[in-house]
Amino acid sequence: MNEGLTKTQARNIFYGGSLFFLVIFVGLTVHSHLYALNTSTNNDQLTESVAAGKRVWEKHSCINCHTILGEGAYFAPEVGNVFVRYGGLDDPEGARETLRAWLVSQPSGVEGRRQMPNFNFSDQELDDLIAFLEWVSKIDTQNWPPNDAG
Amino acid sequence: MKYPTQKIALAYFACALVLFAAQVTFGLVVGYIYVDPNFLSELLPFNIARMIHTNALVVWLLLGFFGAAYYLIPEEAERDIESPKLAYAQLILLMVGASGAVIGYLFRIHEGREFLEQPLWVKLGIVVAALMFLYNVTMTVLKGRKTAVSNVLLLGLWGVALFFLFALYNPDNLTVDKIYWWYVVHIWVEGVWELVMAAVLAFLLLKLTGVDREVVEKWLYVIVALSLFTGLLGTGHHYYWIGTPAYWQWIGSIFSTLEVIPFFAMVVFAFVMVWKGSRDHPNKAALLWALGCATLAFFGAGVWGFMHTLSPVNYYTHGTQVTAAHGHLAFFGAYVSLNLAIMTYAFPYLRGREPYNQVMNMASFWLMSGGMAFMTFTLTFAGTIQTHLQRVNGEDFMSVQEQLALFYWMRLGSGVAVVVGALLFIYALAVPRREIVAPGETAGAVPAE
Repeated sequence: MNEGLTKTQARNIFYGGSLFFLVIFVGLTVHSHLYALNTSTNNDQLTESVAAGKRVWEKHSCINCHTILGEGAYFAPEVGNVFVRYGGLDDPEGARETLRAWLVSQPSGVEGRRQMPNFNFSDQELDDLIAFLEWVSKIDTQNWPPNDAG
Repeated sequence: MKYPTQKIALAYFACALVLFAAQVTFGLVVGYIYVDPNFLSELLPFNIARMIHTNALVVWLLLGFFGAAYYLIPEEAERDIESPKLAYAQLILLMVGASGAVIGYLFRIHEGREFLEQPLWVKLGIVVAALMFLYNVTMTVLKGRKTAVSNVLLLGLWGVALFFLFALYNPDNLTVDKIYWWYVVHIWVEGVWELVMAAVLAFLLLKLTGVDREVVEKWLYVIVALSLFTGLLGTGHHYYWIGTPAYWQWIGSIFSTLEVIPFFAMVVFAFVMVWKGSRDHPNKAALLWALGCATLAFFGAGVWGFMHTLSPVNYYTHGTQVTAAHGHLAFFGAYVSLNLAIMTYAFPYLRGREPYNQVMNMASFWLMSGGMAFMTFTLTFAGTIQTHLQRVNGEDFMSVQEQLALFYWMRLGSGVAVVVGALLFIYALAVPRREIVAPGETAGAVPAE
């Protein structure tokens, strides 16, 4: 250890430097927050249905099996781009139908295959959840994931 | 034990160990579901079991931190804890919240964000408990001797409470939600918890090695400075792909790479202090855990973190089993080992005994550490293959997972070793039998200096 550094100096560097980096971090957060609202997400298309869909997503703690934008439990497929994977770019209505059919047909009951519970979604919940997944698929994620497999 | 109120720590450590046992047991269940997916799939689905596994971990680590604070603050401040009653009330509140949360989870009562699944009343209970704690220890320190160890520990725990407040903010916009979710999750484990870790480690080294306090405390300030200088902007490595600006790829890559430095400094610090130390403390198991903590944290948080932190690498590995590998060794090395180190050190004093069951305790160290290292390797292999098949070749998620079955079996095996090690550790602390290894004649009948 540098013999020239005293404990008091080390302490002052710690307090001063930490405050410095905290201020920069908070400043960049504010910028990122505005960037999310104005640029990278379609905040104007964040309808009541999309918001309700996020609550459906949370109500069943989907994130403790799936990932969304790469964050979650790695046990079940990525859903940030599931709308794209189901062909939603070319045929949004078809993708919605396929997703809906898939969600209500769980669990598959196939032996040795991971099981998704049946959550007894109402029609409204299905509409909202799918609206949420569609909205999420349009977030500008710097081209992540690398391919449709998620 | 010099101050009667240090005894509070014993109750905290006991509760922490109960939750530790629950955490690893549910970990075993989750690991088993990976190899036998139909297991309990109706009664205890994967998402609920995992929630209990992660939440129990966080709560018992926090209980351990609180216990560590109640143990070491009196010695540092040279006075008793301000209000023992408040400290016990805080523990009861936390345990009611924790058990309420777990029972609720079993009945599907939870909120929906990862790690922050606690119902609102539990979240508010945590805030109240944190305030009780901060009042209690802050008053103790303000009226007593102020040392770097207690300053840094208190700052860390104040940070834990302040950043937890972001858990109460859940906006509808997923990107904004994620930005502040990381204010809790990242800034806890790669920020303020590191302050707690460094402070407790400094206390242990001070006691175990007898190195001069001035030297230890100077190191402590340097390490925690490095932690926050790198860790705050290091949050950027979570802001690559969630809808945040592209500049985070540069900031996150650079600063999170530098996050390795404080962990490396902790390894050097721990080993240098032991080499320089003149004291031959009889609690060898505590020393083993302290050195093991610094070393495994360096590998788990430092090396395994660096492995996938550069944004061009993370583009392919993000959200694969590579992350799971890193998460397990980082938490075990940095925070589990830290708690087990301070418990191993404090238990004999708290129970008024010479260090006991040292051999059993050290065996549990090797069993848990070996198991966790093996688990990390198997998950790293699984993650590497997954990255190639899924992210490079574009194969379907589920078909890739089926090809990883062998690694999940090996991970389950290593999980069994960890659980056995954990139970052995709890047994070694809880059941003081007669095993006390008498210090032998050291080869150095010749004085070391």
